[in-house]
Amino acid sequence: MLLKLLPGDVAITLAGENATTERIEEIRRIYGLDRPLLVQYGHWAFNAVQGDLSNSLLSGEAVTTTLARVFPNTLFIVCYAILLSVAIGVPLGLLAIVRAGGLADRLVMLGSSIGVALPNFWIAMIFVVVLALNRQWFPATGFVSPWQDLSAAIWHATLPAVALAASGISEVARQLRSSLVEVLNSQHFRTLHAKGLPFGPILWKHGLRNVSVNLLTVISLLVNRTLAATVVVEVVFAIPGMGNTIVNATLQRDFPVVQGAVLAMVLTVITVNLITDMLYSILDPRISQR
Amino acid sequence: MTDTTSTPLQQAQIDRDSFVVRFKHWLIDDPVAAAALATLIVIVGCAIFAPWIARDHPALQDYNVMLEGPSMAHLLGTDDLGRDVFSRLIHGASASVYAACLAVGVATILGIPIGLIAGYVGGWADEVISRVIDTFLSFPAIVLAIAVTGVLGIGLTNAMISVGIVFAPQLARLARARALVLKQELYVDAARCFGASSSWILVRHVLPNAIQPVLVQMTLLMAVALLAEASLSFLGLGMQPPDPSWGSMIARAYLYAQIAPAQMYAPGIAILITALAFNTVGESLREALDPTSRRS
Repeated sequence: MLLKLLPGDVAITLAGENATTERIEEIRRIYGLDRPLLVQYGHWAFNAVQGDLSNSLLSGEAVTTTLARVFPNTLFIVCYAILLSVAIGVPLGLLAIVRAGGLADRLVMLGSSIGVALPNFWIAMIFVVVLALNRQWFPATGFVSPWQDLSAAIWHATLPAVALAASGISEVARQLRSSLVEVLNSQHFRTLHAKGLPFGPILWKHGLRNVSVNLLTVISLLVNRTLAATVVVEVVFAIPGMGNTIVNATLQRDFPVVQGAVLAMVLTVITVNLITDMLYSILDPRISQR
Repeated sequence: MTDTTSTPLQQAQIDRDSFVVRFKHWLIDDPVAAAALATLIVIVGCAIFAPWIARDHPALQDYNVMLEGPSMAHLLGTDDLGRDVFSRLIHGASASVYAACLAVGVATILGIPIGLIAGYVGGWADEVISRVIDTFLSFPAIVLAIAVTGVLGIGLTNAMISVGIVFAPQLARLARARALVLKQELYVDAARCFGASSSWILVRHVLPNAIQPVLVQMTLLMAVALLAEASLSFLGLGMQPPDPSWGSMIARAYLYAQIAPAQMYAPGIAILITALAFNTVGESLREALDPTSRRS
C-alpha cells in the first residue's frame, strides 16, 4: 500500500485560476497539503482503519459516502458480467472438448482468441451504437439501481455486462478446455474408459469435479480483471460507479477519493481471494488435509 | 536464447541446432504464428515509416471535409476536425508500438532483476519481495495504473511507465520461480565453487536460462499493454491531443458515432489485430519452447 500520492496542484485547482500565491498557501494549510508526505500518509492510514477515508478535496463529501453510493452499482455490473462469463463460457468450453478437434472446437478457440484481444470499451461502444442508438433495443447510457427497480436495472446493465463478459467468456472457455484436456488424458481417466464407462458420465461426473478447482481459480482471477475493466466500460455507459469516480478524481487530482476507491477495490479482491481459498477445500478435500 | 557458450550436456543438446534453424522450424511448424509475426512486422513497419506511408499530416485540420466517408483522397474518411483518419491510424501505430514497448521494457527492467534476486538469494529478501509481489498482484491492474498515472502526471509516457510498474510483479514472479529452480543446477554450483560472485552467476548463468518463459510472458504482455494504452488514452490519461493514438481516436469518434460510425471501427480493428497477433506469437512461442505444453 505504498501508493502515496504527491499533492500535485490540487491546491491551485481549488484556488481558481487567478488566485494569489498566499491564497494557494492558505488552501494547502487548510487541507494539510503542506505537511510532509509520510505524515499525510500516516494520518490517512490512521483514520482509514477507523473507517474514515477523509473527504473529497473538491466536493467536500466524505469519501465513504461517495463509495457507499457508487460501489454497489459497480458490484452489480461485475456480478452480472461474471455470471454471464460462467453461464456462457462453461458450455462453450464443454462443447469444445466434446467436439475436440472438430469445427465447433476450432470456432470456440478462434472466438475466444478474439474475445481476449478485444478492447472491451470498443465492443461496449459498438453495442451502444448498433443496439441502443440505431435499434433502440437497449438504453444507451445510464443506470438504475437494482434496489429501486430490478427489471429496469437488469435492462440497463445488460449491455455493459455483456461488453465486460466478452473477455471473461473467452477466458473461462479456454481455461476449461485446456484443463479438461489435461485431466481427460490422465491415467485415471484411461482407467475409467477401460472399465467401460461411456464418455458422458466420465465428463460430467469425474471430469468437471476434477477441473472445478481450476475453474474456481479462473473465476476469482476474473473478479480482479472485471473490476479493472469496468472502470473503462462505466465511462462509455456513463454509469455512476467506481470507474467514473476514479477517473474523474484522477483527472482532477482529488487524491482522497482515488485512494479510497483503490482501497475499496483491493479489499474486494482480497475478500474474493479469501472466499476462493475456503471454497478450494470444499471442492477438493485433499487441500485442507495438507 | 542462443546461449551456446555455457554448455552443460543437456544445454548442448537443446542448442544443437542454431538459432536460425530452430526459428525456421518454428515458422514452418506453425504457419498461423508465422502469419501473426508477419502482421506484427507490418505494423512495426507502419509505425517506423508512418510519415512516408501516410502523406497527410495526422494533425492537419481541414474544415471543408469534416466527418466525410471513405474516398480516394481520404482512404478512411475524415474526423470531426477534417483530419485524415487513415493518416491518424498509421501514425497511431507508432504511439501503440512505442507504448507497448515502453510498458513491457519498464516491467522487464524492474521485474526481472527483482525476481531473480529474490529467487536466487532466498531467505528474508525473498520473503519480503514475494509479499510485495502478492500485494501488487491483488490490485486490479488498470485501476492501479490509473492511480499511478495520477501521481506521475497525465501523458502517454507516464501512463505507460505506470502500466510497466503494474506489470513488473508478473515478470518478477516468473523470474523468481525460474531462479529457484536454476540455483539448484549443477553448473551454478560449479560456478560458485570456482569462486564466481553472485552477481556474475545471476547474469551469466541464471538469466540466460531463465529467459525463455520470460520472453513468452513479455510477448503476451505486449498485447495487454496495447489494450491498456488504448484504455488509458480513451480515458484521457494517455496520449494527449492533437497527437493520434488508437485509443484516443476511438474516444473522439464515439462522440460522433451516429453521424460517422465507420471511424470507430478502424482503430478498434487495428487494436484487435495487433493484440491478436501478439497473443498468437506468444502462445506459439510458449508451445515451441516448453515441451510439457506440447501435448494439448
